[in-house]
Amino acid sequence: MAVENLFKDEATEEKGERARMASFIGAMAIADLVKTTLGPKGMDKILQSTGRGHSVTVTNDGATILKSLHIDNPAAKVLVDISKVQDDEVGDGTTSVVVLAGELLREAEKLVNSKIHPMTIISGYRMAAECARNALLEKVVDNKLDADKFKSDLMKIAMTTLSSKILSQDKEHFAKLAVDAVMRLKGSTNLESIQIIKKPGGSLKDSFLDEGFILDKKIGVGQPKRIENAKILVANTAMDTDKVKIYGARVRVDSMAKVAEIEGAEKEKMREKVQKIINHGINCFVNRQLIYNFPEELFADAGVLAIEHADFDGIERLALVTGGDIASTFDNPESVKLGQCKLIEEIMIGEDRLIHFSGVEMGQACTIVLRGASPHMLDEAERSLHDALCVLSQTVIDSRVLLGGGWPEMVMAKAVDELARRTPGKRSHAIEAFSRALVAIPTIIADNAGLDSAELVAQLRAEHHNEGTNAGIDVISGSVGDMAERGICEAFKVKHAVLLSATEAAEMILRVDEIITCAPRRREDRM
Amino acid sequence: MSLAFDEFGRPFFIIREQERKTRLRGLDAQKANISAGKAVARILRTSLGPKGMDKMLQSPDGEVTITNDGATILEQMDVDNQIAKLMVELSRSQDYEIGDGTTGVVVMAGALLEEAQKLLERGIHPIRVAEGYELASRIAFEHLESIAHKFEFSCANEEPLIRTCMTTLSSKIVNRCKRSLAEIAVKAVLAVADLERRDVNLDLIKVEGKVGGKLEDTELIYGIIVDKDMSHPQMPKQIEDAHIAILTCPFEPPKPKTKHKVDIDTVEKFQTLRQQEQKYFDDMVQKCKDVGATLVICQWGFDDEANHLLMHRNLPAVRWVGGVELELIAIATGGRIVPRFQELTTEKLGKAGLVREKAFGTTKDRMIYIEHCANSRAVTIFIRGGNKMMIEETKRSIHDALCVARNLIRNNSIVYGGGSAEISCSIAVEAAADKYPGVEQYAIRAFADALDAIPMALAENSGLQPIETLSAVKSQQIKEKNNCCGIDCNDVGTNDMREQNVFETLIGKQQQILLATQVVKMILKIDDVISPSEY
Repeated sequence: MAVENLFKDEATEEKGERARMASFIGAMAIADLVKTTLGPKGMDKILQSTGRGHSVTVTNDGATILKSLHIDNPAAKVLVDISKVQDDEVGDGTTSVVVLAGELLREAEKLVNSKIHPMTIISGYRMAAECARNALLEKVVDNKLDADKFKSDLMKIAMTTLSSKILSQDKEHFAKLAVDAVMRLKGSTNLESIQIIKKPGGSLKDSFLDEGFILDKKIGVGQPKRIENAKILVANTAMDTDKVKIYGARVRVDSMAKVAEIEGAEKEKMREKVQKIINHGINCFVNRQLIYNFPEELFADAGVLAIEHADFDGIERLALVTGGDIASTFDNPESVKLGQCKLIEEIMIGEDRLIHFSGVEMGQACTIVLRGASPHMLDEAERSLHDALCVLSQTVIDSRVLLGGGWPEMVMAKAVDELARRTPGKRSHAIEAFSRALVAIPTIIADNAGLDSAELVAQLRAEHHNEGTNAGIDVISGSVGDMAERGICEAFKVKHAVLLSATEAAEMILRVDEIITCAPRRREDRM
Repeated sequence: MSLAFDEFGRPFFIIREQERKTRLRGLDAQKANISAGKAVARILRTSLGPKGMDKMLQSPDGEVTITNDGATILEQMDVDNQIAKLMVELSRSQDYEIGDGTTGVVVMAGALLEEAQKLLERGIHPIRVAEGYELASRIAFEHLESIAHKFEFSCANEEPLIRTCMTTLSSKIVNRCKRSLAEIAVKAVLAVADLERRDVNLDLIKVEGKVGGKLEDTELIYGIIVDKDMSHPQMPKQIEDAHIAILTCPFEPPKPKTKHKVDIDTVEKFQTLRQQEQKYFDDMVQKCKDVGATLVICQWGFDDEANHLLMHRNLPAVRWVGGVELELIAIATGGRIVPRFQELTTEKLGKAGLVREKAFGTTKDRMIYIEHCANSRAVTIFIRGGNKMMIEETKRSIHDALCVARNLIRNNSIVYGGGSAEISCSIAVEAAADKYPGVEQYAIRAFADALDAIPMALAENSGLQPIETLSAVKSQQIKEKNNCCGIDCNDVGTNDMREQNVFETLIGKQQQILLATQVVKMILKIDDVISPSEY
């Protein structure tokens, strides 16, 4: 007697071949989806949100595309996950990792169909991944010691990363921006100190890097618009009515006169507080919370520039930049460290007025102002720039560099092929398949550029037969060329992470032989 | 059917609302139950052993889990069938008791049920089957004891322990770096073990995971990690020789529990109250400073003003630390948890050699490491991995490995794995069966057959010919009188498990057999299933 209801209603269970097929198909569908965005000539996708306003995003950033998808297939979710991790960890290569995992699974499917056990495939893949990693390690170039070369490496990496993005038209300009910004960080990966401000209008070329700090706020009325040698107090304190925080306190009065007295006292208290703040000897006061009209007026009287409602990040960054403390009490002015900068002024970008702090103490921070025709363009530009910044900051730590343009894939494929020839047993099929999956990446890059991929990859393979070649696909001229000469570079860390995460994800999906989907939780009808 | 008559011949209902319930009775009930139990076992069967496959589970909220841990699969499967739920319980109790072998116990129970079905079809009463199983399980239990080996290890010689943990880990997805993980697990257990009392408090080992990096970056930290950052961005990120004040009171104005009102009716009162308030914050911070604390860890939040004062006085602080972590920190640093500022004294401070904040990747994630603690009994295993699923799965695997190491410290008897113990038991039970007169004999023999199911499943999952392999190993065991022969899952070339270093703990194995038998007995004894019908 068969058991009909082992699971709850609506729960589904898929077993063996069917489960494997379902996960292969799901994963490959995702890989195919982002495949066309790979490489310098990759296409963009339009994403329309289902939320209110149906806002539109145009992007070719793999992580952004996948993040916005609503996916039901569990295997596809694994791929979305790895792309997200790749984004968090190294910032770039989010498309490559998904495509590589997809290709690995596509090859695995063929092997499974020819009756090779998934476990054999996995062990083959593992050997191949290890071998590929070693092949990469042998070929890396490390220019950390030579500052000039290192900087040119960074520049090349930034250009390579940006060339596949919307910024490719002005990639030199932006690459310079990104490299300058990252070099200012002096080895820290704290990208928070690079602020990106987007202002529609102008063209992408008008974007610039500013050495100071720009705060998207207005200066209070009647206060000085320009301060030289500013002493800044950065604060996080209530500047509306200072509430009594002791629990249960309340005001009880029995006459109107008393109300006025209390009100007077309150005002007095505020006046005192403002006075204390002014006593710090400052001429600029930045607060995270609101500043009410009354204290603002007092500040204006004292000739102090007061900026209210700077958001939390802004405050932290400002404190970092100007080297001041974030203060909340003002009783001992001598021990609070004030922030300093040479000049505060109001500047105009497009039609907006912003506050510009220049000549700041800490040289780490800087601001990149992006200009562009439309908000979509700006969003995409920000994402691209963010990718470039992430990669650069990681490269500063791990300065090993590889060539780009499908060169690393071919190097790995060659090493893996050799391993396959040496390995006895069924595993060699899997190792061979791994190398095919690696070669698929340059193929896709060529395909996306509308080139004859079969011809190019075959040429590339022949080139790579020689030791020490630098051949890769040059998408711009549509031929096989020397990557070192063209200055196409990639960070080792990105490639390394792509290789490892893709193998791990493929392995995970391969190991599954049963999918159990629980009944979806019922949403309560709100209507 | 369920109509009965009282002494006056009037009919009355035993079960009310007949039409709303479905009912299965007698042999039908048993058969239905058995097939449900078997269905669950069938799902887990392919996950057994080093070459077992994983299951992908999608929760009601769409979260995906990939695992081959029996207990986790069953837990998340969300079964509806009553008997299936019993099997879930079975695996859970193995998990609680032993922590490993959760798949094996279910497969074992499934095999016992399958054999029982055959016996029932031949007309043997279920109770007799149950009794036979009971007898057989006792024989197997004793036999296991007789083939068990003492397992020698000491703090200086961790190698045997590491090998055992490796056996456990080899069936998981993490087997790529099983060696390093096994070392981590063993070191962690030994760090917290009380070898005198032969006890290990696993609560002292915290397993923390963070997405990113790779599995090889997983590390053992002799200290605690807290997934928090300093309360003020400008506080120092590294403190050496920290004296830690562990507080459970917030840096906020007091909130007496009794309802009260402070009335303000004059300007003077307003001002005194204000000064009081300021003094209050000042006092709190000063108190911490006075006792010599260099780091404050607090369970609650800070007022902005207090936060600034702390920063101002150069007293780094961490806020919103969970209760469990707080306790661990207290244990590790030898400090006391202080519920009130007044009770803060120098003796109650915890000590740690190094406290540092560490940032990860390109995101803003930061964690606080508390290391070189006064009392190094609390340790943390910090797992890194490609994605969340990987980390969850690693956590489960590490948990299994920790449990195995703990069990060995509690009781250092082992049996050999790879199905060898089962085969050996099966031979012993088979031989003993002939001595029993009566129907139980059949049940005992069936039990012996059921024991073969585990090596059989192992062989099947490893891509070997199950029947051929099993019979070869069995005859080898009898011929060579070597009870260490098992299934060679990894194609090493030998099937002597002693050479392959595949162990399992004796109590784990015994527990498996006992628990499986108990559940099967329970299922066999059910002859009436009443359930509300679908509406």
